[in-house]
Amino acid sequence: MSDALRPLAPWGVAALVLAVLPFIFASGAALTVMNQMAITIIFALAYNMLLGQGGMLSFGHAVYMGLGGFFCVHLMNWVEYDNLWLPLPLLPLFGGLFGLFFAMIVGTFSTRRAGTVFAMISLGVGELIAACSIIVVAFFGGEEGVSGDRTMGPTVFGLDFASQQEVYYLSAIWLMISAAAMYLYSRTPAGRMANAVRDNEERAEFLGYSQRKVRFMSFCASGFFAGIAGALFAINFEILTEENLNLATSGSVLLITFLGGAGFFIGPIIGAIVFTLLQTVLSLYTEIWQLYLGILFVATVMFFPSGLTGLIAIHFRPYHLGKISVLTKPYALIALPALGLALASASVLEIAFHARHAALGDEQMSLFGLSFNSHHPLPLIAALALGALCIWLLRRQLPSFREAWDEANYAGGPS
Amino acid sequence: MRTLAGLILGTLIALSSAVAAWAADTVKIAFIDPLSGPFAATGEQGLVHYQFAAEELVNKQGGVLGGKKFEIVPFDNKISPKESLIQLKVAIDQGIRFIAQGNSSGVANALTDAIKKHNRRNPDKRVIFLNYSAVDPALTNAKCNFWHFRFDANADIKMDALTDIIAKSDDIKKIYLIGQDYSFGKAVAAAAVKYLGAKRPDIEIVGNELHPIGKVKDFTPYARKIMASGADAIITGNWGSDMVGLGKSVIASGFKKPIYTYYAASTGITKTFGAEGKGPLKLVQEGAINPAPSERMTAYMKAFKAKHPDKDMGQPRIANVIEMLAKAIDKAGSATDMVAVAKALEGMEHDSIFGSKIVMRAKDHQAIQDVHILAHTDEGIDFDLDNSGFGLKVESTVKMAAADSETTCKMKRP
Amino acid sequence: MSLVLVNLLDGLVTGLLLFMLCSGLTLIFSMMGVLNFAHASFYMLGAYFGYQISTYVGFWPALLIAPVIVGVAGALVERYGLRRVHKFGHVPELIFTFGLALLIEEVVQFFWGKSQMAFEEPEILKFAAFSIAGNAFPAYKVFMIFIAVGIFLVLLYILTRTRVGLIIQAALSYPETVQNLGHNVPLVFMGVFGVGTALAGLAGVIAGPVLGTFPGMAVVLGTIVFVTIVVGGLGSLWGALAASLLIGWLQTFAASYNVTMRDVLLTLGLTEPADLATSALRDLWTLTLPQIGPILPYLLMVLVLAFRPQGLFGKRET
Repeated sequence: MSDALRPLAPWGVAALVLAVLPFIFASGAALTVMNQMAITIIFALAYNMLLGQGGMLSFGHAVYMGLGGFFCVHLMNWVEYDNLWLPLPLLPLFGGLFGLFFAMIVGTFSTRRAGTVFAMISLGVGELIAACSIIVVAFFGGEEGVSGDRTMGPTVFGLDFASQQEVYYLSAIWLMISAAAMYLYSRTPAGRMANAVRDNEERAEFLGYSQRKVRFMSFCASGFFAGIAGALFAINFEILTEENLNLATSGSVLLITFLGGAGFFIGPIIGAIVFTLLQTVLSLYTEIWQLYLGILFVATVMFFPSGLTGLIAIHFRPYHLGKISVLTKPYALIALPALGLALASASVLEIAFHARHAALGDEQMSLFGLSFNSHHPLPLIAALALGALCIWLLRRQLPSFREAWDEANYAGGPS
Repeated sequence: MRTLAGLILGTLIALSSAVAAWAADTVKIAFIDPLSGPFAATGEQGLVHYQFAAEELVNKQGGVLGGKKFEIVPFDNKISPKESLIQLKVAIDQGIRFIAQGNSSGVANALTDAIKKHNRRNPDKRVIFLNYSAVDPALTNAKCNFWHFRFDANADIKMDALTDIIAKSDDIKKIYLIGQDYSFGKAVAAAAVKYLGAKRPDIEIVGNELHPIGKVKDFTPYARKIMASGADAIITGNWGSDMVGLGKSVIASGFKKPIYTYYAASTGITKTFGAEGKGPLKLVQEGAINPAPSERMTAYMKAFKAKHPDKDMGQPRIANVIEMLAKAIDKAGSATDMVAVAKALEGMEHDSIFGSKIVMRAKDHQAIQDVHILAHTDEGIDFDLDNSGFGLKVESTVKMAAADSETTCKMKRP
Repeated sequence: MSLVLVNLLDGLVTGLLLFMLCSGLTLIFSMMGVLNFAHASFYMLGAYFGYQISTYVGFWPALLIAPVIVGVAGALVERYGLRRVHKFGHVPELIFTFGLALLIEEVVQFFWGKSQMAFEEPEILKFAAFSIAGNAFPAYKVFMIFIAVGIFLVLLYILTRTRVGLIIQAALSYPETVQNLGHNVPLVFMGVFGVGTALAGLAGVIAGPVLGTFPGMAVVLGTIVFVTIVVGGLGSLWGALAASLLIGWLQTFAASYNVTMRDVLLTLGLTEPADLATSALRDLWTLTLPQIGPILPYLLMVLVLAFRPQGLFGKRET
């Protein structure tokens, strides 16, 4: 492969994967989950333009996605009832423009400062708009929201977008366009200046850049892409509600971005994929999935502040040094106890939860294919013992693991 | 990267295989309601009753279509319309053709709309929506469709029944209306104004207001206003913590007159009100529990309590959903031909275990049944709520409430 | 007129309850520079611990024990959680407390389930202390007022008259200098965090019986608490008190008076559109003050931040 094409390789692979996925997972539910993922990825990438690239912590970014989405549902209804001519594939552009428009209004006063002031204004604006969505029924439709029908527009190449698959490809194309645009934006001078202002406002000012203007630019761009995500949401779900604007949605995009790794462009993508899977799949298997999510999130902030991507990225150095193989054995040795500890902890939680909340007489529970009595102390003791054993094994492995880790990151020959 | 791809692949395969596991010998009913988050208590209670009713009323009686058993498959929608639509897709993929949902009219509106579109776009995979609790009148009026069936009395019908009772009470001269600021709260207020105006034009509505839903920390200012208005009764559609907050504040401010409510029972609410609520608190609801309407119901309730001592039968209509669905499937002779099942449900007459005749009105798919005014009390209670000693006792009954009421529904039948 | 007096008293109760939460939070913020998103969650923990303990030994011992447990939990969170995250910077700290808030809500549901708890005020305070024009004022609320005022006086005394208070005051303005003078600033941080969360826990035990003890109670109050301290000015006890009372009264009076937008617009000389039911502006015309009451604090905060970022009483910018 020539050097000029090298940076394009990941994009080509991504496009190929996106094109092939529906053939592997063809069920309607899998397509819905993948659409949901595509939307979340765009939204999280847009959010990371603020958090990761601009150093601005927002607690109300759902507003821009939601407003873009609401506007698009109204557009769909105008197409259906008022003969507005607008092909569906162009809808996200208008959603983006509406998000941009609103971000420009709020940005004029919220981007004056970064840090807590920005965070608190975003929180305040978020709460205000979410509250308005219940009051202003004409635009937001009250708590039942606004729904539309995506199939009523002019057909494009014979497609009317009634099937999930067509919607998937539409989302995938917009995902590629948005992700590429956001990546390119981060390479432009405007994107670079956002990094500079994030790292040191004063120095950036000395270089002659207004920190406020730089933040405003990032904020507007982020609002635009959030609006695109909102439009895709409108197309996929055909309904927008208060939920799309509220603090919970704003909070979850923060969670997603941080979980994936705010310091990397790919971080929010990984975060969005993992989060969507956890949300849809984990909740099928356990009632206390939100507890696991909370634990995972807090643990990430405490131990891996660079997120899941950071966890992968720290292996690049050993890889480039050609020493990744040094880590194979220690990883294999700690993998089993680590897995055991995770399973044991989950078992303790599940057993305790079942013992506390199950119906009386319903003492049997099944876990990992085993069926037992949750009210008997034995299973709990077994799980605790397994956990303790795994901790003991892990502690034993830790010194040699640390040694191997240092060795793998050491640039010289075998020390 | 490779491990991540493996992870995704593995999980999606797990998802797909869960999807593929579909046994043909059961009739599956998807229960899409909140099983986590702030409203999970209500959702769990509904789920437990569904599972119990399916077991007790259908499976132990030999199932449907000569031996097929009912199976309730729970899906957690986190009371979010978006999640509900995702779970609807998952359920349909699993081959489930019956969707039961009840908590939140917002979710019901999203589901009925999505199901209408789905049935139009996929005629071979049609589904039926069994709405057992969402009472926004629009669902059987402007937004009605052939696939939606409502088993609860809607907000208008309940208000019709409630105002029948209020109209007979001569000492009520002033009424205060207060509710949550959203479609249901507004529907309650509008219905109250309409029916009171028609039945008792002399009653003065001294307050008609909406407060933000789930955002009011302290209801004391509202209670003061109600006291100052000199109201003889309050009507509210509040539920959850908004109901508890309003009720406690009003009672603490010294209000001793009736508070007519829709949802002030069970999931901790009855216990929280306790002795304070005795006297003022009245509920309008279908389904009589105290006194027990029949031997059959007593046995049913006792079996339920033996199995779930910590749970209540907060939504009696769930038993009707299960029994009527079983009858409809048997009558249609198929659990897969949704048009036939829906046609069988239309106009069906049924004797409820909770002592009422039920007619599924054909023109709008709204169940017509007896509606009761229930008092929160600890006297004459056979089956209490929240194990608090307090329960709901029938005070008065409106037979076949609003049987001839109007509907704006223009149903299109396939 | 008597209704105004009743509303003043009710607003005072709401405001003072807010103050109990804000006093701890504002100290924590100004010392560590981090807004503790989980502060209201400690309030919720207080209510649940209070409920649980009161079922064993009654309300009064619970009023003492629960805040202590919450305070210890808070100190542990500071020692083993926040201090660890501190070195990564302010944004991860804020995100940590945000995650902690989610986690605490889940943990509460894990142990106590999702239903409302039947937490009741003690029998001895279940009477109407007095009544104004037929409006009963419960004795429990009088008790709440006394506790809150007591806390304010004690805090004021500690901060202005004791050595510990002086160190805290100094650390508010010049943390590095205080550290250089040889004071154990991390210990002071842990202490302040513990006391702050204990105050939140106390507020929880007191508010649990009146405002309800349920898993959503932290969310209902959560963001309002930040709004209050941001409006009041960070680090200022007087500011926290003033803003708490302001917001308490704002919400009480907004909920009490049915001022409608229709009247306002008519006074402004506008004419009501004839087709109100279908007009795009119909929501504006039917708007009432109680409808928007709960969002007024957010509006206030956005305005304060846009025009006076240091808050009403604050000395330095956030």
